[in-house]
Amino acid sequence: MDSTFGEKFGIGQPVRRKEDQRLLKGGGKYTDDVSIPGQAHLAFVRAAVAHARLKGIDGTAALKGPGVLGVFSGKDMEADGIGRVITDAALKDLSGKVMFRTKRLAMPVDKIRYAGEPIAVVVAETAAQARDAAELVQVDYEELPAVVTARQGLAKGAPAIHDEQPDNLCLHYENATSEAYDAAAKQAARIASIELVNNRVIPVPMEPKCCVADMDTKSGRLTFYAPTQGGRRVQGAVAEMLFGGDGDKVRHVSDNTGGGFGTRSKIYPEILATCYAAKKLGRAVKWSGDRSETMVSDLHGRDQVDRAELALDANGKILGYKVEMLANIGAWVTENGARLPIDGGGRIVGGLYDIPVLYFSCKAVMTNTVPTDTYRGAGRPEANFLIDRLVEKAAREMGIDIREMRKRNYITSFPYRTQMGLTIDSGNFAKCQDEACKTIGWDDFPARRKQSEARGRLRGIGMTSFIEGSGGRPEETMRLRFEKDGKLSVICGTFSHGQGHATVYSQLLHDKLGMPFDAVSLIQGDTDTAPEGAAGTFGSRSSQMGSMAIIGAANIIVEKGKKIAGHLLQAPPTEVKFEGGNFVARAGSISITEIAKAAHDPAKLPEGMEPGLDETFVYKRANGRDDMNYPNGCHICEVEVDPETGHIEILDFAAADDCGFVLNPLIVHGQVHGGIAQGIGQALTEYLVYDEETGQLLTGTFMDYGMPRAHHFPDMKAVFSPTMSTNNDLGVKGAGEAGACGAPTAFVHAVLDALRPLGVEHIEMPLTPNRVWQAIQAAKRKGAA
Amino acid sequence: MYAFNYHRPKSLDEAAGLVAKAEDGKLVAGGMTLLPSMKLRLASPSDLVDLSSVDGLKGITVSGKTVTIGAMTRHVDVHTSADVQKAIPALAALAGGIGDPSVRNRGTMGGSVANSDPAADYPSAVLGLGATVETNKRKIAADDFFKGLFETALEPGEIIKAIHYPVPDAAAYEKFPQPASGYAMVGAFVARFGKDVRVAITGAKDHVFRVPEMEKALAANFKADAIAGIKLSEDDMLSDIHCSADYRAHLVSVIAKRAVAKAGG
Repeated sequence: MDSTFGEKFGIGQPVRRKEDQRLLKGGGKYTDDVSIPGQAHLAFVRAAVAHARLKGIDGTAALKGPGVLGVFSGKDMEADGIGRVITDAALKDLSGKVMFRTKRLAMPVDKIRYAGEPIAVVVAETAAQARDAAELVQVDYEELPAVVTARQGLAKGAPAIHDEQPDNLCLHYENATSEAYDAAAKQAARIASIELVNNRVIPVPMEPKCCVADMDTKSGRLTFYAPTQGGRRVQGAVAEMLFGGDGDKVRHVSDNTGGGFGTRSKIYPEILATCYAAKKLGRAVKWSGDRSETMVSDLHGRDQVDRAELALDANGKILGYKVEMLANIGAWVTENGARLPIDGGGRIVGGLYDIPVLYFSCKAVMTNTVPTDTYRGAGRPEANFLIDRLVEKAAREMGIDIREMRKRNYITSFPYRTQMGLTIDSGNFAKCQDEACKTIGWDDFPARRKQSEARGRLRGIGMTSFIEGSGGRPEETMRLRFEKDGKLSVICGTFSHGQGHATVYSQLLHDKLGMPFDAVSLIQGDTDTAPEGAAGTFGSRSSQMGSMAIIGAANIIVEKGKKIAGHLLQAPPTEVKFEGGNFVARAGSISITEIAKAAHDPAKLPEGMEPGLDETFVYKRANGRDDMNYPNGCHICEVEVDPETGHIEILDFAAADDCGFVLNPLIVHGQVHGGIAQGIGQALTEYLVYDEETGQLLTGTFMDYGMPRAHHFPDMKAVFSPTMSTNNDLGVKGAGEAGACGAPTAFVHAVLDALRPLGVEHIEMPLTPNRVWQAIQAAKRKGAA
Repeated sequence: MYAFNYHRPKSLDEAAGLVAKAEDGKLVAGGMTLLPSMKLRLASPSDLVDLSSVDGLKGITVSGKTVTIGAMTRHVDVHTSADVQKAIPALAALAGGIGDPSVRNRGTMGGSVANSDPAADYPSAVLGLGATVETNKRKIAADDFFKGLFETALEPGEIIKAIHYPVPDAAAYEKFPQPASGYAMVGAFVARFGKDVRVAITGAKDHVFRVPEMEKALAANFKADAIAGIKLSEDDMLSDIHCSADYRAHLVSVIAKRAVAKAGG
């Protein structure tokens, strides 16, 4: 392959992913590919009911099963002094009271809080023996009425999920009192309001949850394999709970992870329980979770019931915005359960609109359902969906063109300080909108609608503009190491589980250090090699946090290299230039790989210089939360609805995204496409149903839970309309979650546009054929009445 | 999956004997329903009697106005058969729309028909074409075959050998899939033999059924419009999270109409 320095492999180029050959040919190494000689197998006993007082777990019969090595429950863990995972978020209400935080043992000892909750493990010589014996475990419980929805949770007299918090309210967050909004509303020429559901979804990564825990009894060290989005935090939790906080005793390895979407960034009871069993039995234990288990135990996403109101002047300019969210955070307060709607989404609750006055209230409510946590977008899709649905509704009610309405309200001057205290640094939202309109051919839509009409179909076009806040944790570490063969290794704090980091980081180092594209490789997914402070990949952060840490290290290497080269070429470092991978002075030129070798020979170094050219860099955002980056965009969707059946066909989708500087357009397009597909999944097919009386998940298999498929999508038209982020030197903004922030709203707007002639004004997501048809019938009845 | 005994007999008699002898024996054809149920531990037969090596159960023959398809013929073979495509293109198309390529490469016609899943595609073709189900014991007319939810006229030890389909003058199958599984939420098989018309609906009730009022209207006038006004009662329609009974009843009219249009009416 041509790897000479040049434009082909530099940043900004559409370089094909170097990891694909391996991954597509089955060369990935996932957790279930790992087997340790002599390993035992583990099966979980899961709660059959959603809410019950746990009276006893009897493993006597199971222990007699063939090959059974052990049966353990939360009681055993408690007896062994195992700690609990305590919610780390500590948000406060207006009075300063800290939110309710749960202390979760891997398996409960007092109560069952959701159907599918792990309550005991059986370890046996084979997986089949473990499963068979798991069925023999006797669980004695006293069933309690189940609380399934947030509204049920807040109802007077509702059963308490946690006895310590009888009202099931984890936190009622408010940014301020509603006084300022109420005053703005009094001045308003018009009030527009909306009430809608942001439906719960199951994340469904391709790889089910699983774990292999290998206990080395001689060294007392546990190595565990489990899919994650960066292992340090999970390693830390295992060390905390099982090894008294001694991190040296625990190693986590995850070569490849088959999809993350946020749900793989968390600490799972199943992982802790598998590690516990391995430690307890002093041997390797493998748990291969199946799809059915994954559906009821992976943290779910979304689940809000939202009400919002806009106070507007006569021209449609927003004077104030009032939001009341009810977020169903499920049975346990997980890491981001309550933080997600309040901070993840709340931080951009006004979207990309100029909101002078804001009242934002969010009640995070506990229920007998799988806990909810981060899922692609993590609060931002919910916030954007709400504000943009309402802006569009207000435009229609006021008779203002929906494009004009948005333009009247976009934030146009930067930096812009939002009511939630964030500073949005850059963007050109009107330009994005114009680009999207041009891409889809907005102005020619009426002609296309006529063509559809001739076929008996209703055509609709829908738009949305959105913004999100990316960057996640404000610190990331990268280490660059020159190998003996002249190649360069990137020892990562981030973790690529589909993002294409091997390609993008190679491009960066090709650009910054002149390394041949093929001479750069990634080392990731092992806490023994990951640099201190490695955070991982989530919240669309690696393009900024990972890249900036790499550049930081590369800059130091270049400066040091200049000194060494100057020493060897007998030129002052200031006269050494670094060009295309070579240090050039009047007397000659030395390549970076030669300098890297020379750096290990003290004789070749300037006096007093530390040997070696390797470098570790910790990139910190100066201002933590505030100087994240703000990806945004305008998405437009065009659909056809079959009014006889309610079937929806997506005919076209245009996305004009502002992801700042685009490191690799091929990869960013892939992210945009994937995000759109996932967003459409939530809006069209992913119908998740809990039985509201029993708390049983009725859509626990793909026979009932509808995943989006290739046939649902047209060729998507993704274009870039970038403005550079001023918060990092590269100008990059995240790209992973934008699609999921825009697609649901654009799609729903398109369907409502198609159905408007029939009098349909609102349909909750997902827009299943049944719901679409029922909405049409209801509108017909209303029209006839 | 629980442990079970596995048998691969060479003849139908041997197969029937093995099932009769077993404590809870099950025949397995393509296994597209049975095996997933076993994997989920929802089914736990003591014995599986695999029909894949029984002679004479596979293949397609056309003789005069009859297409005969062996019970163990896979969906993909029906779909790609030039003979079926020529004689009853609607049947070939139906087979090509079952499940996904993996299912079509394993699943068999006999397995599907014997299972009588309320949302399966094949039963509508058997009933819609007025086929004859030939077993190791007798021949059963389609009208007498499907009895209820997962229930057929097959007696214990009775095994489907082949299905004989009369060749219609025109036919078509149309389905509206359940959004998650792709099974028919409503499927309509319409066939015209001279002036006689048969309309079979799958997915809507606990088993496939005919719609006499539509057949009568179409016999008089084989046009989609002829049945546009015919609405079925929602009373005995299936109702689930994907499709309420009223919507299903409505879909029956729409999908049947579209099937007629597809069949040239």
